[in-house]
Amino acid sequence: MTATTATPGTTARDRFEPALMRRKLTGTFFYGACIGAIGILFFALLMLLYDVLSRGLPWLDPDFISGVPSRRPERAGILPALIGSLQIGVIVGILTFPTGVAAAIYLSEYAKDNRLNRALRTNISNLSGVPSVIYGIFGLAIFVRALGFGFTLMAGALTLTLLILPVVIIASLEALKAVPDSQREGAYALGASRWQMVRGTLMPAAAPGIMTGIILAMARAIGETAPLILVGAFTFVTFLPNPIEGGYTVLPIQVYQWAGRPQPDFQGISAAAIIVLLVLMLVLNALALIVRIRLSRHIQW
Amino acid sequence: MSTQARPLNRVRPLSERVIEVLLLAAASVGVLTTIGIVGVLAFETFEFFREISPVEFFTGTFWSASIRPFAWGILPLVTGTLLVAFIALIFAIPLGLLSAVLLAEYASPRLRNVVKPVLETIAGIPTIVLGFFAINFVTPNLLKPIFQDDIGTFSALAGGIVVGLLITPLIASISEDAMSAVPRGMREGAYAMGATKWEVVRKVVFPAAISGIMASIILAMSRAIGETMAVVLAVGTNPQLTLDPRESIQTMTAFIVQISLGDTSQGSVQFKALFAVAAVLFTTTLALNLISNRIVSRFRTAY
Repeated sequence: MTATTATPGTTARDRFEPALMRRKLTGTFFYGACIGAIGILFFALLMLLYDVLSRGLPWLDPDFISGVPSRRPERAGILPALIGSLQIGVIVGILTFPTGVAAAIYLSEYAKDNRLNRALRTNISNLSGVPSVIYGIFGLAIFVRALGFGFTLMAGALTLTLLILPVVIIASLEALKAVPDSQREGAYALGASRWQMVRGTLMPAAAPGIMTGIILAMARAIGETAPLILVGAFTFVTFLPNPIEGGYTVLPIQVYQWAGRPQPDFQGISAAAIIVLLVLMLVLNALALIVRIRLSRHIQW
Repeated sequence: MSTQARPLNRVRPLSERVIEVLLLAAASVGVLTTIGIVGVLAFETFEFFREISPVEFFTGTFWSASIRPFAWGILPLVTGTLLVAFIALIFAIPLGLLSAVLLAEYASPRLRNVVKPVLETIAGIPTIVLGFFAINFVTPNLLKPIFQDDIGTFSALAGGIVVGLLITPLIASISEDAMSAVPRGMREGAYAMGATKWEVVRKVVFPAAISGIMASIILAMSRAIGETMAVVLAVGTNPQLTLDPRESIQTMTAFIVQISLGDTSQGSVQFKALFAVAAVLFTTTLALNLISNRIVSRFRTAY
């Protein structure tokens, strides 16, 4: 190797090595930048949690959970908002489950690959990109005004159902796609009709994925704020909501109302409400995990 | 897929057909929603344009919906929205792409188990919490020390930073998928030629995944433009035509929220303006989403 160099004294190795060092060094810098980026994100997340916890924890006591909103921060509580969020979550779950799963089953198992069905699919992926506040405007015009629900919790739940439906459908489609075709063929070989195949074979096999998708979508609905402002959740409510009549409010809106006030005490109870909201979402995420593990215990192919 | 497997029985009982119709009905809810959204926005926007000329709306540089004299030029809201979106992208593109490279190329399973949850948690935080973070942490602890008195309680910068944080996981996850889809053989070819890891990432993986990366950025921009709650708390309610990130501004989404908080009666100009602004917002985000889809399907390389 060394004998082939033209200039005496410098070997190919001598010329190559510094360049290689430089190239490797650039690589190390780049890797450092990658680690740095994730470090920044981790730090931001940590700061967010620290900020919320340090402001909110002193305000978080049983009276805060069981109390009703008040003009005085030290007496304010979040029970109406908490109940409102739970009711919204449950109603959205109940409405989304049949619709979302049925739509996914149609698109995945029944729909032929024609123009109409491709349009249905494209439409769903486009809907998932529509800003949530637009759903609020739709809810305001259709559910609140045209269909006469008024500013009720039901109008809010219906609006959020439409908002998360695309998410549920996409998650369910993924779950159905993951079931191997041999399962379908097996059911058909035993003489099952299409629906019998769907109900007896596909649904149990896709259940973990579908249920996880729905629970996570419910968590998203509970954290959603903007569309509910448009359908009337921004109200001062000191009573527990009734789904079909009267005012209602939800946790994120309560957070917004208090965060909009400059006094530090209101920022404190706003942070406390955030903690409750985050715990609620954490519970739902844990639930999704448990459901996934339990339902997929018997599945193996 | 399912098109290959078919039931053996050719005659379908009535119940089977009823079920299929029901399933189709469920699948059509999405279409009804789309028609509803477009219909509602179009109708009320048309009503709005009967009172306010479209020329004033699209070219006017003053916006005042709640304080007389009213002015209906949407440009301040548009520039406000774009300003926040661009600030967000300035933060989110490097952070998102670097995280994506880390996940797709460098990360050991152990590092992955740390990085993924961080991104997923950020993606799952309700956006109102990020708005809270903007006014209670970002502005007093990050921006005030840097800009001193040049920056107020509300600023486009504070909003842009938290929106950037919010869209980073989106860029990261889609770009990571695009990078992971680049076949191993291409990387190994480059390694065999003596390339270092960084060179493989820069000259092989990155160009091969560029369509997915572009799509993720456009999608993230659409998300930033449509983001509401993080922005409402952070940027203020001061629509003005400015590109100074330290200024308090108003975005289209923030205007929609502000108007719906007040006692705006149905049929008033303000109420119709709500729909007109929403129509602009809807059209913009839809266009961006379509472009993003287009890029993905157009430039998808089949390996």
